[in-house]
Amino acid sequence: MPENKSGSPQLRDENNHNFIPMWLLAELTYACPVQCPYCSNPLQISANRKQELTTEQWIDVLSQARELGAVQLGFSGGEPLVRPDLAVLIQEATSLGFYTNLITSAIGLDAAKIAAFKAAGLNHIQISFQGSNQESNKKFGGTDSFRHKMEMTSEVIRQEIPLGLNFVLHRQNIHQVGEFLETAELLGAEFVELANTQYYGWAKHNQQGLLPSRKQVEDAERVTNDFRSRHKGNMDVFFVAPDYYDDRPKKCSNGWATTFITLTPEGDVLPCHAAKVIPGLDFPNVKQHKLSDIWRYSDLFNKYRGTNWMVEPCASCPERMIDLGGCRCQALMLTGDAANADPVCSLSPFHDRVTKITDRASGELDSNEPVPLLFRNMKNAEQFNQDQS
Amino acid sequence: MSSLNLDIDSFAINPQYRFQWEAAQQCHVLLFPEGLVKLSDSAAEILRLCQQPTTLATLLSALEKMFPGVVGLEDDVREFLSDAREQEWITPA
Repeated sequence: MPENKSGSPQLRDENNHNFIPMWLLAELTYACPVQCPYCSNPLQISANRKQELTTEQWIDVLSQARELGAVQLGFSGGEPLVRPDLAVLIQEATSLGFYTNLITSAIGLDAAKIAAFKAAGLNHIQISFQGSNQESNKKFGGTDSFRHKMEMTSEVIRQEIPLGLNFVLHRQNIHQVGEFLETAELLGAEFVELANTQYYGWAKHNQQGLLPSRKQVEDAERVTNDFRSRHKGNMDVFFVAPDYYDDRPKKCSNGWATTFITLTPEGDVLPCHAAKVIPGLDFPNVKQHKLSDIWRYSDLFNKYRGTNWMVEPCASCPERMIDLGGCRCQALMLTGDAANADPVCSLSPFHDRVTKITDRASGELDSNEPVPLLFRNMKNAEQFNQDQS
Repeated sequence: MSSLNLDIDSFAINPQYRFQWEAAQQCHVLLFPEGLVKLSDSAAEILRLCQQPTTLATLLSALEKMFPGVVGLEDDVREFLSDAREQEWITPA
């Protein structure tokens, strides 16, 4: 990856042309049968699915992305299975040369669809679980789908499509890590991701009820490590800790506008899937602009590309190329300015805003009743839709 | 790590992986669930020959024809293949 030297604005245009958006996340629809309160989608949910890109528009934009060098493609949402043209899109993406990943709750999936997706060339399926058993999966997903997810996991394995299971962790289910790993192994999964909630969208709104204590995270990591040492080699387990407990931030999407493109259901093009929270930005749309122009020349993609936009302490930080200042959305949500250092960084003058949140999560709340969660559904979204209009 | 014995077994690129040329990056890549590896020219030459099941002996004889007189070819190929085996880029076939 080319390095953008701080203080060399003449390099900026050159860098624009060197970055390749190798990863494309296609959010096919915001419609979803699951109501996860930790969803990272925007709080507003459009009731009007007519704004979604058509099959032809998706095929056109996939083709444009492939020309730019995109090669890993994730079909996501919402729930991508809601789209009746999913098999067609997989087939078109395959013939364009993409490696295709389906990121799904498995609700709406059946053996015939799995076979159709495989025939269309699908390379990988990730099935998400909201809990480690029937009761907790229903409690945190708002649907009674645990048995179906187990059946679909077995069916995907039977049809020999590479499969990963994803379990999103938060303070009300993180203690179930061990139970989940046992279930996953019983099902024959080869890859499991234990991903702590990332605090955007609905998850940020519900943060107080979701952020685990430091001890909860440490316990879950210990259980995970114990499991790994007992079950050598059969199943890869990947644990994603919540960055609030780190003292250095994570890069935004491998660096803002260096590797990733997210396409929203309506065709807006984003450098990361949460970028819409940042005020004062125009979000270019593939219905009006060519994807290559958006990637190379749009204000949005150039806004935080490289390091020229940085303010102190990032601008002169010797580690600035390691994390590129962290997450812009997190900087915005916690400091009020997206150009600030991600306050997860202990060098940020706003770091105490993170420790205040983690201290509260790690304090005496464990003994209290869980904080009620606002579930992601149309009814609950109404208040936010009104805020926006 | 698979139990592949390079001296005895035949092997091929892991069926979950895909080997392809990427014009935008001007290199071959190996694609796998949610990731990719950029390949050097020499790695690509070897993996190109692993798209169908092959053996170390077959591979070496093909590479020696393509690059006659290269010193240490077998050592380099062995080193790459044992690394590729550990990364599970190649599996028994």
